[in-house]
Amino acid sequence: MVTTTNTTTTATSEPARPIPYGSQRIAIDRKAVAQLPDTPVVFDCENVEVYYGAFRAVRGVTLKIQANQITAFIGPSGCGKTTVLRSLNRMHDVIPGARVAGHVRYRGIDLYAPEVSATEVRRRIGMVFQKPNPFPKSIYDNIAFGPRVNGTRNKADLDVIVEKSLRSAALWDEVKDRLKSSALGMSGGQQQRLCIARTVAVEPEVVLMDEPCSALDPIATARIEELMRELKSRFTIVIVTHNMQQAARVSDRTAFFTTELDSKSDRRTGTLVEFDATSKIFSAPSDERTENYITGRFG
Amino acid sequence: MTATAQLDLRARPSWRTTKNKLMLGLMGVAVVLVAIPLIAVLSSVVQRGAAIAFKGFPDFFTATIPVVSRRPGPGMGPAILGTLLVTGGATLIAVPLGILGAIYLHEYGISSKFARLVRFMSTVMTGVPSVVMGLFVYLTWTLSFGYSAFGGALALACLMLPVVIGSTEQMLRLVPSQLREAAYALGTTKSRTILTVVLPAALPGIVSGSLLAIARAAGETAPLLFAVGAATAYNPHLFSEANTALSVQIFGNANSSFPAAQERAWAAALTLVLLTFIVTLIARIFTARLALKR
Repeated sequence: MVTTTNTTTTATSEPARPIPYGSQRIAIDRKAVAQLPDTPVVFDCENVEVYYGAFRAVRGVTLKIQANQITAFIGPSGCGKTTVLRSLNRMHDVIPGARVAGHVRYRGIDLYAPEVSATEVRRRIGMVFQKPNPFPKSIYDNIAFGPRVNGTRNKADLDVIVEKSLRSAALWDEVKDRLKSSALGMSGGQQQRLCIARTVAVEPEVVLMDEPCSALDPIATARIEELMRELKSRFTIVIVTHNMQQAARVSDRTAFFTTELDSKSDRRTGTLVEFDATSKIFSAPSDERTENYITGRFG
Repeated sequence: MTATAQLDLRARPSWRTTKNKLMLGLMGVAVVLVAIPLIAVLSSVVQRGAAIAFKGFPDFFTATIPVVSRRPGPGMGPAILGTLLVTGGATLIAVPLGILGAIYLHEYGISSKFARLVRFMSTVMTGVPSVVMGLFVYLTWTLSFGYSAFGGALALACLMLPVVIGSTEQMLRLVPSQLREAAYALGTTKSRTILTVVLPAALPGIVSGSLLAIARAAGETAPLLFAVGAATAYNPHLFSEANTALSVQIFGNANSSFPAAQERAWAAALTLVLLTFIVTLIARIFTARLALKR
């Protein structure tokens, strides 16, 4: 289902259709820009920097992510897309030596304030990873894991949550007869949808997706993109992708990151170049580096 | 032969293929060499022990040990019970402690100074000879509280602990970090992640490592000589009175000049092998069941 109000790409009924790029621009419906609804700001990042030990991996990220929209992070390898994404739900906490500077405000609260609990943050801001990572448990237990952690013990309640979550991930019909079998026996695309269902099951407010389709074939990718458009009405979605067509197809706003030489350390560091409506980024980017990247002249 | 060159997809004879065959042959020889001692030990234990052990079954496994060792006839019952008590006690001490220690080292301490010290001391402890461990328990426990199965359990636990810590830490290391991240991303606390995701994923390996430690400990003799004593009657008490164990009985009887005692030693050796085998089997079935349930 393609939602009509936010279609930013050429009105296409086949989301998986490859859009050739190179010297050619990806055609954009200019009118769609004006139609982007001005929803409340969910994330307000102000001059975010992420360090791994002494190494500054990303610098100068200032952007606002709005509710019920899909925001895409694009850019070449090593530009810090994933690093910034992980800073949005404090996933860096588990990496020894990683540190976030600047401010990441989530609905007005600084996520890195000392009194903020990373566990509470992650309960509200879920994440889907690049590689499908189901637990070595049954399909049912995978979905029920989060609700159980959050205190749902009642079997009937869990049954309802499992069915609802699998339905929202368009997986219910495929697995309803084998809920008790191991999740590891599923195909890669199914596993990734299971991971999305598992994330949705805890009713987060935001879903962060780190290249969720990079290990999947075009058909599975199309299904997941369709899913994102459906989930947008309930969640705020931030997606990191290497695939520019994907960003153009699914996202409302796009942030373009690139690498540059860090004057402080003489090493390459990532930085945010441009953040705007997806239609603007792919049709009339204001920065030359963005234009070079999306037209395939670089990266 | 036709005019066009015949397609030949067979491997061409070369140094590489020869080397491959040579190495495969060497591997085969190595497998046989490894199997020889295993089969030789098992067959001689079965050959010499089976006749006595299974004569008038289950007498040998239930009767008490003859007080006068030159007399023929069964009995290793008290030694079987003693081995179960001593090894069981050691397992109850060393396995939980070892697993908790490994969890600390791998999930919390990681490369802190204290964790590095503990890891180093644990490695050193692996190299301490079992006699020394027996002597240690003799001085610290037996001299004050007398012979008991518990003293033996303490000594064996000291021997098992570093093995359990080492193997468990290794297994925790094998749990992919993606699984931990998946749990964290659902708002799971660290302790809960360890309990519900990391430990279940590492369980089969932890069980294998612990079993190896248990099997090794069950055959230990030296520390038990110091701490357990040598009884010939049943002693079901863990904390009081001298007890005995299969390994101690094997040692004592095999040293004897009387054929009847030597035969009993062989039968006791077979019993120990069977016991270890059964315990391993039960634990394997148990973990297989758990794995299926997941």
